[in-house]
Amino acid sequence: MTAASAEPRRDAIVSVRDLQVRFQTSDRRATVKAVDGVNFDVRRGETFGIIGESGSGKTTIGRALVFLLNPSAGAILHDGIDPTALPRREFQSHRRDYQIIFQDPNAALNPRMTILASVLEPLELARIGNRAEREKLAREALERVGLPQEFGARYPHQLSGGQKQRVVIARALTLKPKLIVCDEVVAALDMSIRGDVLNLFADLQRDLGLTYVFITHDLAVVSHISERVAVMYLGQFVELGPTEEVAERPLHPYTIALLSAEPRPLPSSMRQESRIVLQGEVPSPIDPPSGCRFRTRCPHAQPLCTDRVPEWRELKPDHWVACHFADRPNFSPNNNAGA
Amino acid sequence: MEAGQPAQRRAEGVRDGARPLLSVRGLGIRFKTAQGIWQATRRIDFDIAPGERVGIVGESGCGKTITGLSILRLLPGNFAGLDGKILFDGVDLASCSARQMRAIRGKRIAMIFQEPMSALDPVFTVGHQIAETLRVHSNIGQDEARARTLEMLRRVGIASPERRIDDYPHQLSGGMRQRVMIAASLICGPQLLIADEPTTALDVTVQAQILELLRDISETSKTALMLITHDLGVVAETCTRMITMYAGEVIEDATVDEALVRPLHPYTSGLLRSLPHLSPRHGRLPSIPGRVPSIAEMPSGCRFRARCAHANRGCEAEQTLQDAGGGRRVRCHRFAELNLPGALHPPGAPIAAKVATQ
Ligand SMILES: Nc1ncnc2c1ncn2[C@@H]1O[C@H](COP(=O)(O)OP(=O)(O)OP(=O)(O)O)[C@@H](O)[C@H]1O
Ligand SMILES: Nc1ncnc2c1ncn2[C@@H]1O[C@H](COP(=O)(O)OP(=O)(O)OP(=O)(O)O)[C@@H](O)[C@H]1O
Ligand code: SF4
Ligand code: SF4
Ligand SMILES: [Mg+2]
Ligand SMILES: [Mg+2]
Repeated sequence: MTAASAEPRRDAIVSVRDLQVRFQTSDRRATVKAVDGVNFDVRRGETFGIIGESGSGKTTIGRALVFLLNPSAGAILHDGIDPTALPRREFQSHRRDYQIIFQDPNAALNPRMTILASVLEPLELARIGNRAEREKLAREALERVGLPQEFGARYPHQLSGGQKQRVVIARALTLKPKLIVCDEVVAALDMSIRGDVLNLFADLQRDLGLTYVFITHDLAVVSHISERVAVMYLGQFVELGPTEEVAERPLHPYTIALLSAEPRPLPSSMRQESRIVLQGEVPSPIDPPSGCRFRTRCPHAQPLCTDRVPEWRELKPDHWVACHFADRPNFSPNNNAGA
Repeated sequence: MEAGQPAQRRAEGVRDGARPLLSVRGLGIRFKTAQGIWQATRRIDFDIAPGERVGIVGESGCGKTITGLSILRLLPGNFAGLDGKILFDGVDLASCSARQMRAIRGKRIAMIFQEPMSALDPVFTVGHQIAETLRVHSNIGQDEARARTLEMLRRVGIASPERRIDDYPHQLSGGMRQRVMIAASLICGPQLLIADEPTTALDVTVQAQILELLRDISETSKTALMLITHDLGVVAETCTRMITMYAGEVIEDATVDEALVRPLHPYTSGLLRSLPHLSPRHGRLPSIPGRVPSIAEMPSGCRFRARCAHANRGCEAEQTLQDAGGGRRVRCHRFAELNLPGALHPPGAPIAAKVATQ
């Protein structure tokens, strides 16, 4: 597989080259190839979406991007430099600029700390301002995510799932990072508050020049918020391009299946069963299929797909795909009968 | 609770041709906090018939999860009291003994929790946790329990289950943990399944597969499903009825089709309008102005009043969940005169176009 472009682009805030992350299984007898050769740049000021299969390695990429885990192979550059080469002190303060917010707010909140104390903590660790200023920043952050004053005195177990997630967002915002990896951050929020939070992310991006890597299963959210989107399957990117292109003219059969499976809030009379139900065995990242990893479920698979790994190629400007037959015209959502 | 309810409910029962499996009447939950006693929910009334699939939607913090937890009597430690009745197959769960409850929980009523990481025990393998649920409630040996666990893991779409069954929760992705939870909840073949955001951690293809499984189980085994979710698309594709909650109360109860096309409550309409589908890419998402009143200081009268574009003097009075005809119920005195937009207005909006091209 060739790199998207070996040299990082000038506007790249993050460059990922041949990233691999492996884990041992519990019996220590096998290796999970959670991320297996991924290349991309995140451009400064953009929102880079990552969608894809559950278990395909999205969270693992997110954790690697902010150095919560070390790559097994490959490189991650921040602003063109390798942060792990920095002296320890500098590395610690550098990491503050690259934050991650996770899907499960419980893991991020200390059950014995009040909400206000949790939001204050990163400010205290970074020694920002005096106590009064820190409290003001923390309260502002809570206010911005739609939590009234009185929530500051509560404990996490007294909040609903969505309320806790808003606290976690407030906490990450206080440090005004350059980049935030958002891993399923709006999944627990209802539509109305989700709208508010997405608007908030957009405002912060405009005001502070933030860059986001937005990991989500919600296609409506990703197409609303991101400029570019990558689609992951079994440890690899299968497609990457401008969101509108990917959403309206998807090139990879997995992307096409994914788009067709989105549930729509329509009454039964208006719903069409245009869904592509993927058949075949769901492969495992412990021993991925030879050739194209999607071949065990792909409606278009050919013998070539078993024999050869499809090349990661730029089929249209800025639009990358890994499929032998992606340039064939019959790859449309209307034509899923299979080859 | 409210006048006129029993008669209407009987009519509903006749219409559905089934006695409800679950009848919640006047349910309210209170919590003890440093700031005093909080009434988190009140006057909750609804029925679920065998095999029926009911979606519960509503703003974050409106009381969906605690309503589900109260049915299983799994309320947090600072729980201060419960009003009303929870009739399950004739037994009032609100007052039955802890022992009776243990026999029901996990076997006849199962729950899929909103936060899978906190619901799974980090020190046991996932296979052990599922098999234990089964062994506690039935008289089967270890080998059979393991075989049935493997089968269930396969049904919920875990690849190579024989290699995953001995994994610990932290070794699984978010979506895999969620599927483990789903497998654990289904393993005993419950009559009622309470699923709290069961698919938000899953990609849409796996989500479609799980929803299909839930639909299938409800149709073939008559399992009733109470599906708590923020995703109206999931409700539309899975459920027969939709109950909308706001600030601790049920504010609308209608079939899914009716609720989507012609919502009767201004809040339900607002929820439908804030779907990202309906707004231009990168534009502002519409959201309902203002915010949910805090449970520490609930306003009198209609609880949605401060945010409602249709509020008038009559809204200062307490609103009851009234019969809106055809088995629908709504907590808004103006429902008949308001003509509120649903998910499909205005015609020709992106969502309709998108469907037409696919
Ligand atoms: N600490 C770990 N030990 C062993 N395996 C792990 C570990 N963390 C992740 N994995 C495995 O790596 C793969 C990728 O997991 P990851 O959490 O990145 O997926 P994901 O794309 O975020 O999925 P989801 O959408 O379900 O959250 C999975 O097969 C998972 O089981
Ligand atoms: N142990 C508790 N003590 C005090 N208040 C609580 C407790 N648990 C929940 N609450 C409050 O009760 C209300 C309802 O909570 P619940 O978890 O049912 O909300 P929800 O509708 O499930 O929200 P979400 O969609 O965000 O999960 C919230 O306002 C919450 O803050
Ligand atoms: S390379 Fe073959 S198997 Fe893979 S996606 Fe393309 S057609 Fe399908
Ligand atoms: S009762 Fe009044 S304030 Fe409440 S939803 Fe109806 S119109 Fe709006
Ligand atoms: Mg994940
Ligand atoms: Mg909840």
